[in-house]
Amino acid sequence: MQRIGVFVCWCGSNIAATVDVKAVAEAAKGQPGVVFATDYQYMCSESGQTILKDAIKEYGLTGVVICSCSPRMHEATFRKAAESAGLNPYMVEIANIREQCSWIHKDMEVATEKAIILAKAAIAKVQLNKPLVAGESEVVKRALVIGGGIAGIQTALDIAEAGYKVDIVEKQPTIGGKMAQLDKTFPTLDCAACILTPKMVDVAAHENVTIYSYSEVVDVKGFVGNFTVQIKKKPRYINENLCTGCGACTEKCPMKKQPNEFNMGFDKRGAIYIPFAQAVPKLPVIDADACLMLKNGKCGLCSKICEAHAIDYTQKEEIIEERYGAIVVATGFNQIKPTQFEEYAYNTCPDVVTSLEYERLMNAAGPTKGHLQRPSDGQRPKTIVFIQCVGSRGDSCREKSYCSKICCMYTAKHAMLTKDHYPDTDIHVFYIDIRTPGKNFDEFYRRAVEQYGVDYIKGMVGKVYEENGKVMVQGSDLIDNKQITIAADMVVLASAVEPDPSARSLGTMLTASMDTNDFFTEAHAKLRPVESPTAGVFLSGMCQGPKDIPETVSQAGAAAVKVIGLLAKDKLKNNPCVAACNQSVCNGCSQCANVCPYGAITYVEKEIRTPEVREVRRVAEVNEAVCQGCGACTVTCPSSAMDLKGFTNRQIMAEVDAICR
Amino acid sequence: MTYSYYPGCTLRTKAKKLDTYARRSAEALGINLEEIEQWQCCGGVYPSVSDEIATRLSSVRTLAQAKKAGNELLTVCSACHNVLKRTNADIISDADFNFRANNYLELDERYNGETKVVHYIEMLRDAVGFDELKKKVVNPFKGKKIAAYYGCLLLRPGNVMQFDDPENPSIMEDLIRALGGEPVIYPFRNECCGGYITLEDKSLAQKRSNKVLASAQEKGADMVITACPLCMYNLVKNGTEHDLPVYYFTELLADALGVKQEGEGQDNE
Repeated sequence: MQRIGVFVCWCGSNIAATVDVKAVAEAAKGQPGVVFATDYQYMCSESGQTILKDAIKEYGLTGVVICSCSPRMHEATFRKAAESAGLNPYMVEIANIREQCSWIHKDMEVATEKAIILAKAAIAKVQLNKPLVAGESEVVKRALVIGGGIAGIQTALDIAEAGYKVDIVEKQPTIGGKMAQLDKTFPTLDCAACILTPKMVDVAAHENVTIYSYSEVVDVKGFVGNFTVQIKKKPRYINENLCTGCGACTEKCPMKKQPNEFNMGFDKRGAIYIPFAQAVPKLPVIDADACLMLKNGKCGLCSKICEAHAIDYTQKEEIIEERYGAIVVATGFNQIKPTQFEEYAYNTCPDVVTSLEYERLMNAAGPTKGHLQRPSDGQRPKTIVFIQCVGSRGDSCREKSYCSKICCMYTAKHAMLTKDHYPDTDIHVFYIDIRTPGKNFDEFYRRAVEQYGVDYIKGMVGKVYEENGKVMVQGSDLIDNKQITIAADMVVLASAVEPDPSARSLGTMLTASMDTNDFFTEAHAKLRPVESPTAGVFLSGMCQGPKDIPETVSQAGAAAVKVIGLLAKDKLKNNPCVAACNQSVCNGCSQCANVCPYGAITYVEKEIRTPEVREVRRVAEVNEAVCQGCGACTVTCPSSAMDLKGFTNRQIMAEVDAICR
Repeated sequence: MTYSYYPGCTLRTKAKKLDTYARRSAEALGINLEEIEQWQCCGGVYPSVSDEIATRLSSVRTLAQAKKAGNELLTVCSACHNVLKRTNADIISDADFNFRANNYLELDERYNGETKVVHYIEMLRDAVGFDELKKKVVNPFKGKKIAAYYGCLLLRPGNVMQFDDPENPSIMEDLIRALGGEPVIYPFRNECCGGYITLEDKSLAQKRSNKVLASAQEKGADMVITACPLCMYNLVKNGTEHDLPVYYFTELLADALGVKQEGEGQDNE
């Protein structure tokens, strides 16, 4: 029989307001094995922990039940406290009477009854607990950053600076991401290229950084400290060691009519191209769908021109396998194409563009060399209407429910930059609310209104249509309470941002949880904002939610610190709550191996000796370093040979019995 | 194919042409229309904007009658279609309305939204098929530039009506093509004509209707077609700055199918 102590936490009023904590402690006292029970205002505080430690020593406790918040919150805290008092940490059980009881009930009587039942279940379980000892595993001192935009670059640089090896996997032919496409950046209006491209060069030149560009992560195995990742290197058809990046090949390509993705399709590129002048790595890539040589074996012009003999049409896709201790997701975002919003005429009118498209039209390195020309006829637009919240903050199925966060600021930026270049331009901005919290952000927006005279109209746009060569914008002015129609030359849509489409499959590979919008979920919204709930997976930038560049860079640094903290350890304590096989009853049927998501189960031929039998047969064996303790094998095993330490079948049944008694 | 047919009040008074040509064309296309017995007014568009259930009971009765006959319910008038379809959606999604409406009506069998409400144009597309319809046209509107006027009621609310994309519809243009005409796409085809506001603020209805017609005329339309008697009223009586003729789509359909009788001039109602 265990000697059990029960500690009921008030959690201030979080629990005590709905649950009669004294009654719970009182009820616990009558349970078999319980030699001590008490309640306290904050069990997790230092004095709460002291009560626990003193009781363990004074009453010689062999098992502890804490009735408190979720084990995800403070299980580790209480285990550590128990350990310091000489108790095996796995002799501590948590009865969650906050999230699963006080927070979801209103009636004190009912909630108290439930809390007592939950306490009884935990007491019944701890009766059967056995001391467990955590093994150790080695930490691979190398990090993987998925995505090479500003988030990924900053995270990689910070990790590399701390002295650890880090690899960046970028699916595009160059790193730089969306920021490379921007003109100037709010609120200080420094040019994006001037602040980003040096970082691109730094990261590529860093001795600790390896960049896999034009590559994708295709498989992830393992666990925190020891991931095995497969990276698919797509064929560029260029020998990276020979190419000098001179660009001569790109000039002679006859297939010059391919839409240039970097310039949002406003101009054309060849089938062999360098994405942009400051690309890193500065290597061309052949678009296999457009290249005549790759499609039907005729042409080969680029190969004839290349003095370095770097063109290699036979290049094949390559799979690289590498081990990492930590993985950072920095997959970024996309701006949606507002094709389903027919009211804005994006599909039919060439002079209706998205903000990212406008960004390219303003950019000195863009298709118009920074001269603002509207796409339909190349004329300079004199009247421009900006429409905010296109596809954001909506409640219908075609809209995102969230605020895209960056649009208010970049629209003010677009308005001011346009006025700077062409002061006689008339600019109108339709908005629902102006959201500019951030250092120097509101001042920035007010400058657009007060100094630049940008016409901000509170209201929404119902229709955009072409009439007599003008783009007519019909909307409502909620402050004047009237319908207005503006004859514009160009309309810019601040359409919503969404996570990059590659995020979903990556989330599945990493078993990292995502929200309904496919943004990665953080481990704790406030206290662990850069960690995924999956151990060893960290989040950087827009993949976690809409954010601007300053915020992205701070988060990127924070994620790097978490990675460095992990890589600084030589060994990690394993979770000892792993599966174990009772080989005397295992018949080697393979069902457990089939369901194991981690490949932790193997089979061996072994001599089995029991009083009844003595034979050599095939039995299952668990690799404790690989097992994550999910329990899938234990429920699958037809002969109950598989059991999960710390959550044995007997323990679970004891809990159920206690609840039903 | 047989449908339960709900004409609605206006089609018995001001909009007889909408009804007459709908019936005649259906006959020519081999579609059997069984008029609902003792149907009552759907209440115009007013029922949908109030919390009151009494104004929607007649619609529930109509829907239940179609269910009893085992038919889909066919409508022509945009307003009736809107009220019937939205009432049907409410019966399915609003448990309180369902409960109270059924308690009031004491039908032989409780009505739970089983009937499918189909607009005449949807019937032409789905049951007849625009390609088949094209084959049956004897007087095609060759070279005629025809502007379809959708108004609001056929399209909105989009998630309930599911008639077409409310911001960029195409079904009436497809119908015009089937009749041999050339559809005119103009921006104001899905804007409001002013509706009942004409009773309160005539100048506003005039502004709206003139805007619609101006938009169609600017894009080169020879005529405008509609499915709604209220739109017809506003475009003709309030859209006086333009002399663009406005017809019910059924009149063009009957004409194209060769079942429009002599002496029935193309006068506006």
